[in-house]
Amino acid sequence: MTDFAATPVSEPPKTVSRSLFQLALIRFRRNRAAMAGCVTLFLIALFSFVGPLFVPHTYDQVFSSYVTVPPSLQPRPDTSTLQDVMEGVAGRARVNLDAFAVEGQAFTATISAEEPIDPRATRYFDRANEFRDTKIDATENDGRVLKLSGQVSREYFLFGTDPNGRDLLARVMLGGQISIAVGLLASLVSLGIGVVYGATSGYIGGRVDNVMMRFVEILYSLPFVFLVVVLVVFFGRSFVLIFLVIGAVEWLDMARIVRGQTLALKRREFVGAAQALGLSDWQIIRRHIIPNTIGPVIVFVTVVVPKVILLESFLSFLGLGVQAPLTSWGALISEGANNIQSAPWLLIFPSILFVATLFSLNFVGDGLRDAFDPKDR
Amino acid sequence: MADKNETILAIRDLKVDFATPDGTVNAVKGISLDVRAGETLAVVGESGSGKSQTMMGIMGLLARNGTVTGSATYRGRELIGLPPSELNRVRGAKVTMIFQEPMTSLDPLYPIGRQIAEPIVHHRGGSYREARKRVLELLELVGIPEPARRIDSYPHELSGGQRQRVMIAMALANDPDILIADEPTTALDVTIQAQILKLLRSLQERFGMAIVLITHDLGIVRHFAERVAVMRRGEVVEQGTTADIFERPTSDYTKMLLAAEPHGRKASPPDTAPIILEGRDVVVDYRIGGGLFSGGKSMFRAVDRVTVRLREGQTIGVVGESGSGKSTLGRALLRLIPGAGYYRFGTTDISGYDRSRMRPLRKAMQLVFQDPYGSLSPRQTVGEVITEGLLVHEPDLGKAERDRRAVAALKEVGLDPEARNRYPHEFSGGQRQRIAIARAMILKPKVVILDEPTSALDRSVQGQVIDLLRRLQDTHQLSYLFISHDLSVVRAMSDYVVVMKDGRIVEEGETDRIFEAPANAYTKALIGAAFHV
Repeated sequence: MTDFAATPVSEPPKTVSRSLFQLALIRFRRNRAAMAGCVTLFLIALFSFVGPLFVPHTYDQVFSSYVTVPPSLQPRPDTSTLQDVMEGVAGRARVNLDAFAVEGQAFTATISAEEPIDPRATRYFDRANEFRDTKIDATENDGRVLKLSGQVSREYFLFGTDPNGRDLLARVMLGGQISIAVGLLASLVSLGIGVVYGATSGYIGGRVDNVMMRFVEILYSLPFVFLVVVLVVFFGRSFVLIFLVIGAVEWLDMARIVRGQTLALKRREFVGAAQALGLSDWQIIRRHIIPNTIGPVIVFVTVVVPKVILLESFLSFLGLGVQAPLTSWGALISEGANNIQSAPWLLIFPSILFVATLFSLNFVGDGLRDAFDPKDR
Repeated sequence: MADKNETILAIRDLKVDFATPDGTVNAVKGISLDVRAGETLAVVGESGSGKSQTMMGIMGLLARNGTVTGSATYRGRELIGLPPSELNRVRGAKVTMIFQEPMTSLDPLYPIGRQIAEPIVHHRGGSYREARKRVLELLELVGIPEPARRIDSYPHELSGGQRQRVMIAMALANDPDILIADEPTTALDVTIQAQILKLLRSLQERFGMAIVLITHDLGIVRHFAERVAVMRRGEVVEQGTTADIFERPTSDYTKMLLAAEPHGRKASPPDTAPIILEGRDVVVDYRIGGGLFSGGKSMFRAVDRVTVRLREGQTIGVVGESGSGKSTLGRALLRLIPGAGYYRFGTTDISGYDRSRMRPLRKAMQLVFQDPYGSLSPRQTVGEVITEGLLVHEPDLGKAERDRRAVAALKEVGLDPEARNRYPHEFSGGQRQRIAIARAMILKPKVVILDEPTSALDRSVQGQVIDLLRRLQDTHQLSYLFISHDLSVVRAMSDYVVVMKDGRIVEEGETDRIFEAPANAYTKALIGAAFHV
């Protein structure tokens, strides 16, 4: 025992070296609900960001022929309604519709009038969303009778359209992009401010802590909407501002959580050891305090993200958030709520995605909390 | 009184397994033990030997990933695999348990009277009001002064020893047959420790219950237990009567454990050796309470006019119970906490130095902590931990040079240099303490303050760490201030001893003089409690 060379300390087991983070990851992977949440989130992100590439309509494209049509897997227009549509078009062009037939994707029509028909009348047909490439096949009776042919343009509206005739699918995708971006960016802003502020306040303690925390409480007591209105009035309305504003409000909770963690951490002996080594306050905060608060902080972020998404929708509802034609899930849902009786799909589709996202985030948050819980080690 | 030879708890081929990401860990590998009525069985072993997990397994208190198989019969009734509702009729009533940490095993939100009444009400029915009389009896029994007043106290109003007494009262509430005491005195001061053990013994004489004492402290076992089972790595390596085990141990492991008591002595430096660190009339006050607007602030004097002179190559042992101000003194001497008085390092007067002026001196004055689990940041690799000081004190060093020094420091403390890429949680307590020592040694300090560096370690590991510290002292001419409540370790380490109580020095002198002929009554009590349980 006196000789160390003779009795070497028992070798550390020859397993793979794992950091606490890696161990947490292993525990996380075993949590089915959390993994399902991760997959769902990934799919929703894919849907929102990659989906628009596969949808032929843009979010601000107006189909005046298809205002508030319900979702359907069948392409529009319906063959049965084309006759009516054609008659309507003929009426607008002040011509008589003598014959109309649809074969597959093509249509033929015969129109007549008292006076010779201006060939430009075909534009009336193209103007309708249902027909395109209308051309004159033959002119009879000195131009009083025209034989037309063209293509029926078939549009799919899987999610239906809104009261302005915009494809809801494209709009839900855009809303997803904006909601997810706002959620993540605002959370990052609140994370950055909150962690640094909380760690500093908690670590330095004493009077500094008192003053810093009273400042947080003052901000807490300010009405959120008031703060947002003031900021929007000062800086004008922009997309960047929304997440800055939300982040600047949400960091308060984060700062309190990190401060609480820090108060517990700074009594730990490794912080004492760092002081004895002569590290400066900032070095200790950066190297010892912040990395050790990361577990609860990550968990809290997963709660903040849905909260931020909700806040953004609230702002949009007040008209302070994103403005049409841009949209977010929150804005879509509030629009849908107004039309719940006439067009329930306007509420259902964005809500499903929104709820799925929130659920997934919560499951992921729960999973992370369990994974980082040191008691399970 | 029950028949002394009747076996009331029979453990047969008990296995406890834990499922971990790296596969199953067999914490207990099929052990068999008998507990006879009215006897004291000590289960001895180092941490990780599975001694606690055996009892936890029987009581159905394992962590979620643990499973227990085999058999444990209490008076013919199988306990393993019982549904919790059935098991509850036995545990807490007939088989009860007290834990190591009296600070955390009581619920801070309820008065102690209610907590003691809980098992009574639960197992016997009736109301809390009816149970109150019984609770008063129990408090009287375990020697809580003024039970009528204390019954409505909250745990935080009691001292550690009193809390452990409350835990014992709770365990006794339903006249148990078996009391499982899991390291009941480890967290307590030596004098309190002796009192608690005396209490347990007298209670056993009165009520005749069997006590299963789980401990790593052989001193307690020798004086307290009738039979001993020695456990190692989940197996019972040896069992027998206390006399047999201590006089004629058969297994090498038991022999090693018995030999692990710290021994040896260190040669004192000559009296002419220069003083390297001095603190004269050190006073440290803590402010209690006082917020931003509240006026009333009270002061608590943790260290009261203490003078310490540490010579080059000397080890001063600072002894005292918790709350005696010994750790505070150590930190004040390093100027880590503000304190009044005159301080000198070498020939430099450092009394008025602030943090930034102290920084260059920190290299030469290092600190090693008690808790090897808390003193290493869990998110840094060992390499990062031990080279952190170099970043501050020798910022010009390149990465390769820092790594080279880390390797050298790890080798010096007897660890595999490969350890520097691993994380602290992968190491045992003793290895972590070596890492903490390496962190201090890499800076080549002159003075090291050792704040209970061995208290959290097993005896055999303690011996190794002490040997390491002695060897480092020899090689580098270090001066130690060795703070501990463990007198046998202090005796082996230091050549001068300071005894502290309530922030003051009550006695100081050469180690031999203090231990052989203590003059002060408190010192006598302390030494008496430590060496003659």
